Amino acid sequence: MDLFLQNIVNGLQWGSFYALIALGYSMVYSILMLFNFAHGDVFMVGSYIGFGVATALLGLAAATGLPIPGWLILVLTILFSMFLTSFVGMFIERVGYRPLREAPRASAAITGLMIGIILETGNLAILGARRLSFPQLIESTTYQLGGVFVTNKKILIVAVSLGLMYLLHRFIQKSKWGMAMRAMSFDFQAVPLMGISINRIAPLTFAIGSSLAAAAGILYGLAYPVLDPYMGILLGWKAFVAAILGGRGSILGAALAGFLLGFIEIFVAWIFPSTLRDVIAYSIILLILTFRPHGFFGQAHSTQLRL
Amino acid sequence: MKRLVKGTVWGLVAVLVFSANAWSFGRKTVIKVGINAPITGDIPKVGEGTKYAAQMWLADIEKAGGIEVGGTKYPVELVIEDNESKAESAVKANTKMITEDEVLVIVGPQSSKQAVPAGDVANNYETPMITPWSTNPDSTKDRPYCFRGCFLDPFQGPVLADFITEEFGFTTAAVLYDVASDYPKGLAEFFREAWEKIHGPGSVVAFESFTTKDTDFSSQLSKINKSGAQVLFTPQYYNEVALIVQQAHELGWTGPIVGSDSWGSAETVALCGKDCYGLFFSTHYAAAGAQGATKEFIERYEKTYGYTPDDVAALTWDSLRLVQTAIENTGKITGKIKQDRKAVRDALARVKNFKGITGDMTFTEEGDPNKCAVIVRISDKGEYEFYKLVCPD
Repeated sequence: MDLFLQNIVNGLQWGSFYALIALGYSMVYSILMLFNFAHGDVFMVGSYIGFGVATALLGLAAATGLPIPGWLILVLTILFSMFLTSFVGMFIERVGYRPLREAPRASAAITGLMIGIILETGNLAILGARRLSFPQLIESTTYQLGGVFVTNKKILIVAVSLGLMYLLHRFIQKSKWGMAMRAMSFDFQAVPLMGISINRIAPLTFAIGSSLAAAAGILYGLAYPVLDPYMGILLGWKAFVAAILGGRGSILGAALAGFLLGFIEIFVAWIFPSTLRDVIAYSIILLILTFRPHGFFGQAHSTQLRL
Repeated sequence: MKRLVKGTVWGLVAVLVFSANAWSFGRKTVIKVGINAPITGDIPKVGEGTKYAAQMWLADIEKAGGIEVGGTKYPVELVIEDNESKAESAVKANTKMITEDEVLVIVGPQSSKQAVPAGDVANNYETPMITPWSTNPDSTKDRPYCFRGCFLDPFQGPVLADFITEEFGFTTAAVLYDVASDYPKGLAEFFREAWEKIHGPGSVVAFESFTTKDTDFSSQLSKINKSGAQVLFTPQYYNEVALIVQQAHELGWTGPIVGSDSWGSAETVALCGKDCYGLFFSTHYAAAGAQGATKEFIERYEKTYGYTPDDVAALTWDSLRLVQTAIENTGKITGKIKQDRKAVRDALARVKNFKGITGDMTFTEEGDPNKCAVIVRISDKGEYEFYKLVCPD
């Protein structure tokens, strides 16, 4: 029983990353009807930007002698990095996707792959192959509840992830911009005629998706403090699976599927020999897709941004 | 037009023949030494140590005016190829160095994941190769052209099992290893075998694995925590060690965690921090408290590159010095690459009681040296402290 509860906690943390990254895939899909395959690498860039911001803030705190607490630095790091990474997303949209908007689908689809490789190798060229150790902004404390071990970091990761998802939900449902995005996803052709420019909605979508990826990157740095230029590839692929599983274009679906994916991986590794983890985990997902080809919340031939 | 084409072709052929002649009958043959190292990829610190040690060695050779063979001094050139820490790239790098660069001998690759497949290429092309750091038996097994600079996992596994038994008096152990990499997989199995030989079948109560690039081990570690194991053995590379040790502690693991020679990188403590203090691992040499030539090497390395050399750097140094000794012992460089490679191989196999900075070496018939292992404790300052020496019987 302890082990079951422990793995629920483990799965919640691991699923948070999938969910946050999957949201970015889903949002871009709902607007542009294509998957931004560079998204996993945007997550990596966000993590590195977070590293840079955190190091700078720590340096500033040390230089000025101000007793800035770790949690404040963490909050500032998350906010700054989300802001900065949103520009990376908008830049990718501007140089990678906009010129190819009228191009054949396949060309636009591979742009993401190419941008991803450029981001990985560009990082390698600038920072070198050395692993970076993400600064521990908050002291890790372990709480023992019965036989279950929970750290403050785990609670923080899950809480921040859920908070961001809630904010995104509010934004899309309640704000004018969110309404424009939903309209755009409903009809890509007609909505621009109503005075909503795709050239404003598309960058906005990329910006939001990228800033969520950046938040995921920083939380990831807290939990797994070894950064490398290729850290986004596998995680990006798996989050992409979550986005599909949730139903293409569905925000709620992507978030739920992200957590589900985390739980499946953790629980498979618990019940079966861990060597077979990915084999069994992804066979299960294949099976789900066989019976629900449009994912949990997807509908055939519809790209509507749903919640 | 046709004539012009014909003329050009013949002209080119003439140039080629002439230049080839000029090359092979040139006054001096250049000795080319290939280095196959993970400059980028998962373990770049290992590649860096390899490169630095090689450059230090080259500086020595250049100071002496080359390697002296049979009274003539031959200049030396290093060909450094990046294997990206991937098996297929290591094979490619070896093939390129052997067929295109025409190196006389290859030092590397470092990890068994690359040394096992790359050794096959070197052996097929009859080019001597010495891997400084690969401890998996398959790297040199049935390959007359392959050698190594370190001890083997069938030796390292029992050393660790014995050490844990004697030091802590434990009877149950857990193992966490990467199933997709030759080195951790091989060593995990050797350790289990040795442990169960001492404590009986089933005394390794958890034998958990993951795949390269995984970063979350919470499920496996939760299982290990509840398995009743007293010690966790994890033969992983430095980037994973940090994640495993930290996550284990966060999940409530309080027992010791023991590692193998792959922990010995200068980066382990940098990434892992306080979580790794007080842990033990087996390795090839201990930098703190070294004497003689070893101390000299460490001081020189520290002065040039600003940090203490790890075992990879020391083993690479020894391997290059072994290569140098072998080349000197051939007595003659003919300039015919095939013949020279064979001569170097034979000379390497004959090396006796080589005084290395990581210990004395004499090759067995398989091309493996008989060497002692060192148990190192990570001190409370994060230094690698000598704890115990374990020698083969």
